[in-house]
Amino acid sequence: MNDPGTRSGGGAEGMEPLHSHFASREQQREATTLGMWLFLATEILFFGALFLAYAYVRWSFPAVVQQASRHLELVMGTINTGVLLTSSFAMAVGVLFAEQGRHRAAAKALAATALMGVAFLMIKGSEYAAVIHEGFLPGFTANLEPVSRPGGGYAGLLSEGGGPVPGQEELFFWLYFVMTGIHAIHVAIGVGMLTLLAWWMRKPHPASRASLNTVRNAGLYWHFVDLVWVFLFPLLYLAGHRFQP
Amino acid sequence: MKATEPTLRTFATVWAALMVLLALTVGVALFDLGPLSLAVALVIAVTKAVLILLVFMHVRYGSREVLVFAGAAYLWLAILLVGTFHDYVTRNWLPGPPAQRRQSSGR
Repeated sequence: MNDPGTRSGGGAEGMEPLHSHFASREQQREATTLGMWLFLATEILFFGALFLAYAYVRWSFPAVVQQASRHLELVMGTINTGVLLTSSFAMAVGVLFAEQGRHRAAAKALAATALMGVAFLMIKGSEYAAVIHEGFLPGFTANLEPVSRPGGGYAGLLSEGGGPVPGQEELFFWLYFVMTGIHAIHVAIGVGMLTLLAWWMRKPHPASRASLNTVRNAGLYWHFVDLVWVFLFPLLYLAGHRFQP
Repeated sequence: MKATEPTLRTFATVWAALMVLLALTVGVALFDLGPLSLAVALVIAVTKAVLILLVFMHVRYGSREVLVFAGAAYLWLAILLVGTFHDYVTRNWLPGPPAQRRQSSGR
């Protein structure tokens, strides 16, 4: 019991390199986890500003958001949600294997997670192509009026009867491209990170670079990216009901 | 908050629950429930998020400090949303020039 490492269950946890500025592996694990959550808190607020913008647009122009939402690819969006949720499951399993000291199995699970991330990005790419093909790329909207019309301002955004104005749809597509685009960048960073970790962990005794805490934090990051999508999907794709009564 | 460490079975159960919730949210969204649509979609999304946070992200198995760190950001997010919307929502409560009328059709 004198060695702090033996208290934390041994196995992969006991093999973990203990850095000199920590008193025990437990303290090291706790500090590393809290640090990662602190980073994720800044990420939540980063995306939070975009969700605020969405909330404002939806509150101001509910009918427009419903109408514009129906132009998004529901099937591709649903498949992508399934892919990302499943990749999160693979990630959780990867962390579990790493904790059990099964590095090869963990490397495979991490590689599977990264592959699903790539699949997500590919589906997202073809979805972008479809939406752009329909003419909804903000700034290049062939069949929409620009948002800020000359002499418009706030008054220009409101039609006389209170009904939807085509230009307002552009606001929704701005949000769609920026929110999913920044999310996709996060997915791409995660894919790179997991590929690197899987490569480091492919041997039975991985380098200390792929330490258990690094794998855990990579897992937290990946689940966070999944978490953002869990809210993006219903807000963007499911805003307008698809069956007309 | 500490619970016994999760197993492969725990993760598989949560994954299955997430898939059911995904099917549910898409199924419900096909129909017009009026203002309820957004509420139902958000309740399902929050349920999925809580499952991911507690199990996949190990908050359920971590210390109290982890719980506080993981929850703190949502408090600030709530301040951001409530602080902004207390203005927009109450703008038309008092009579005045109808300069920034909220679009009235649909919901």
